[in-house]
Amino acid sequence: MNRNRRLLRKLTNGASLALSAVATAIGLTCLAAILWTLFKSGFSALSASVFTQMTPPPGSMGGLLNAIYGSLAMTVIGMLLGAPIGILAGTYLAEYGRDSRLAVVIRFINDVLLSAPSIIVGLFIYEIVVVPMGHFSAIAGALALAVIAIPVTVRTTEDMLRLVPQGMKDASTALGAYPWRTTVSVIYPAARSGVVTGLLLAVARVSGETAPLLFTALNNQFWSTKLSAPIANLPVVIYQFAQSPYEEWQRLAWVGALLITLAILVLSVTARVLIAALQPQARAP
Amino acid sequence: MIRALQDVATAEQAVRGGAGETPAAESPPAKIKVSHLDFYYGAARALHDINLTLLDRSITAFIGPSGCGKSTLLRVINRMYSLYPGHRATGEVLLDGENILAPSIDVASLRFRVGMVFQKPTPFPMSVFDNVAFGLRLSQRIPRRELTERVEAALRDAALWEEVKDKLSQDGRSLSGGQQQRLCVARTVAVHPEVVLFDEPTAALDPISTLRIEETLQSLRERYCIAIVTHNLQQAARVSNVTAFMYLGELIEVGPTEQMFTAPRERRTDDYITGRFG
Repeated sequence: MNRNRRLLRKLTNGASLALSAVATAIGLTCLAAILWTLFKSGFSALSASVFTQMTPPPGSMGGLLNAIYGSLAMTVIGMLLGAPIGILAGTYLAEYGRDSRLAVVIRFINDVLLSAPSIIVGLFIYEIVVVPMGHFSAIAGALALAVIAIPVTVRTTEDMLRLVPQGMKDASTALGAYPWRTTVSVIYPAARSGVVTGLLLAVARVSGETAPLLFTALNNQFWSTKLSAPIANLPVVIYQFAQSPYEEWQRLAWVGALLITLAILVLSVTARVLIAALQPQARAP
Repeated sequence: MIRALQDVATAEQAVRGGAGETPAAESPPAKIKVSHLDFYYGAARALHDINLTLLDRSITAFIGPSGCGKSTLLRVINRMYSLYPGHRATGEVLLDGENILAPSIDVASLRFRVGMVFQKPTPFPMSVFDNVAFGLRLSQRIPRRELTERVEAALRDAALWEEVKDKLSQDGRSLSGGQQQRLCVARTVAVHPEVVLFDEPTAALDPISTLRIEETLQSLRERYCIAIVTHNLQQAARVSNVTAFMYLGELIEVGPTEQMFTAPRERRTDDYITGRFG
């Protein structure tokens, strides 16, 4: 009897382990397949002209320079708009609002925003910016990216500020510092790498967004630096070129996908390194 | 000085009960006078009718089992409790005759006068120099030269100067635990407070660092009114002039340290210092 039980438990254990291993293998295989296809097609199409020429008309050779520039410009402007709002809101939640009713409501709404489909954000900006302006524009795209970056930044900023030991805040207060001074001079420096990590993750998040840009920045086949005009960008170029029947366009779509993936990879690795650097500080008294 | 003694029953007691070589006339004046102090964490009452005097240029040690209200009392004296909603004190705490519990008191200015060192060392994420200069820069614009001098003086006061004089630009968090705590002491005394509160300053330190902090306490005694909370009875006996025993939110007995450890008047004090207490 006892022996049978032990055998049963062994079998159950083995089965659970096997199922977990299979599930992990399926997940990793998919990921590896995606990356392998991407790297194979992407690197084979990668050439210097990608960085020097504009997106081509169908059937001719070209590059992605305007799309790369557009993506960078909109990401930078979006972050410049979104990061201060996100950091200040996160500071409010962590240091001032804490568990007040208002802070709880803001936190809840922020979580909703965090998981809202990005296409909704695109439609929102379309209604309040694109329609009044009468046309698509880079600034509308940047605004849409800012709206996506804000909840990410709010969340990570609040989490990172809360990691700063209460004792450090108390010590600053005990020296006669007002709360804002404690926040700026003690808490921000203590949480700096964490907050920067949050910003990097927000950049990683927005740099791959396609849906909100379809409704806001649209696309532009030519070089444009005007914020009030439609602008090329990698995600939408990938979206359009990948669906096209032209082989040259499809190759460029692969390269664009590769560039975004590598950029996000670099950002994520940097973020991880920064988090690792932060951890011992957060644990120290 | 005479007036202070007349004011202050506990001080008088402390002096009378003291050894013969301390004549009453040489006793330092009262710095802080606590009367009928009650403290509440929300609905829970943590301090019951505390009456006590802290003398200038003396070290008063607070002893008692965990949760007896020692730290709470300390946190009233610099109004740290007002950071937390629901924490409330009633009664009077006079600092040089001024009631610091009054709503009109500017707590930031109060905390310039009443410094505090915590149990855990809390160096700020900045250089050793900037750590010590932090409080100085809060209150006033000080010329660089004077700032440098005052930082050095504060580090000397905390017996840390010799160890850090070549690494003033290093991050304060790179120091050892004992050095960090002395850095916190330096940071606190740099602003020349009148009262310094120590909340179990050596609870997280090794014996040698503890010794250093105790030596620092001794040298600071000549200039400040010092209160220290400690769970280490030998420490209280070593460093303090006056010892106060608290139990369940009440001040049971206060007197000269020597008397408290040899011939306490209260049975409960005796039980506690001899280790018979739960």
